[in-house]
Amino acid sequence: MKDMLVQVEPLIPALRRYARALVRDRAGADDLVQDCLERAVSRWHQRRDGSVRAWLFTILHNLAVTQFRQATARGRHMPIDDAGEQELVSAAAQEHRLIYQDVLSKLARLPEEQRAVLLLVAVEDLSYADAAEVLKIPVGTVMSRLSRARERLQQEMDGVGPGNVVALRSLK
Amino acid sequence: MNQRPITEDDLHAYVDQALEPERRAEVASYLEEHPDIAGRVAAFITQREQLRGALASVADEPIPAELNLSHIIESRKRRPLRAWGAIAAMLLLGIGGLGGWTMRSALQDSPNGLSALAQEAAYTYGVYAPDRVRPVEIRAADSAELTQWVSNRLKQPVKVPDLAVSGYRLMGGRLVATSHGPAAMFMYDDDRGDRLVVLTRPMSSGSPDAPMMPQSTGGVAGFAWADGSLGYTLVGQLPTDILKPIANEIRKQARQI
Repeated sequence: MKDMLVQVEPLIPALRRYARALVRDRAGADDLVQDCLERAVSRWHQRRDGSVRAWLFTILHNLAVTQFRQATARGRHMPIDDAGEQELVSAAAQEHRLIYQDVLSKLARLPEEQRAVLLLVAVEDLSYADAAEVLKIPVGTVMSRLSRARERLQQEMDGVGPGNVVALRSLK
Repeated sequence: MNQRPITEDDLHAYVDQALEPERRAEVASYLEEHPDIAGRVAAFITQREQLRGALASVADEPIPAELNLSHIIESRKRRPLRAWGAIAAMLLLGIGGLGGWTMRSALQDSPNGLSALAQEAAYTYGVYAPDRVRPVEIRAADSAELTQWVSNRLKQPVKVPDLAVSGYRLMGGRLVATSHGPAAMFMYDDDRGDRLVVLTRPMSSGSPDAPMMPQSTGGVAGFAWADGSLGYTLVGQLPTDILKPIANEIRKQARQI
């Protein structure tokens, strides 16, 4: 148990970040993480050798996907408003806030599978092999989804009004 | 120069800083010669930085109390055996949660009788797993005696499965009565006190070598199968996806007798 505490606890901030980026609602995301941690505690001994990080993200990802499917089945669609983004980036420095809100709302328009792979690889620093394990897809599929996710996000970002494009460029 | 051609995967790995230094340098010099591709890669790098920046604040927040791992571990330790309530209700009503097992048994009584075995295991679990005083008659320390006893009574060699790889320790075992004669029960627990029961007995009729059959009802899940003339079942209060590999392990070990 102590071994688990040492290995799992440092990953909680990253799990919260991934959940928040996927479900875009603080309370809902933390509920998922709590569920994930409870399962991790009860299944710690059944875990196979390998990356604890990938194992935890697998549990969390599966919970999130199940929740998406249930929400879809109930006819509820995920909100595409900016409320989540505003809450997320409220702590960011003023000059970055608009850019951050923008990239998150564009990210939200990506299909769920593309969003997941981009977040796992580009934000959570999972290796391509670990991302493949989490998503239960071959590494080649990780690469093609990642490529589509980046192209799509870029199209979303290029396709916006000139004001935002200027704001993006000013960051560089 | 015999350099491997640059692939799309290389470009993404460059963005994600996942390349070996040597390959990274090759991609960098390629990008210097191809400004249009370099522009695309630069845009991906900007995306990555913006996403990380936008989400960084979440990881900096203090962890809320309900996500405190020490609390979660603590509350789990204090939780009593959840299955007991469910099993007590099943035993009293004779239906309810056990309906799953019973229905299987009604539907598939013969040909292989596995459902009868599974039902016996559920009853055995209900009686002995919640017992804090004497859940087993012969403790793990005397497992040689246990093996000899049950092998004699079952009239064939029975091996006590070792579930250490799955994180479960043998507590011990006992002989239990079933409507098909004596059966050997082995009980296991893990560090949290969660208990598993393995029940095995000769299959009185039907064809040997019945494939593994899942069961899940209320808080109790199980798998049953037969190898040769011996039937086996594993029951516990865990999800079937966790019990399955343990059942597979038991089956593997039993075949090595």
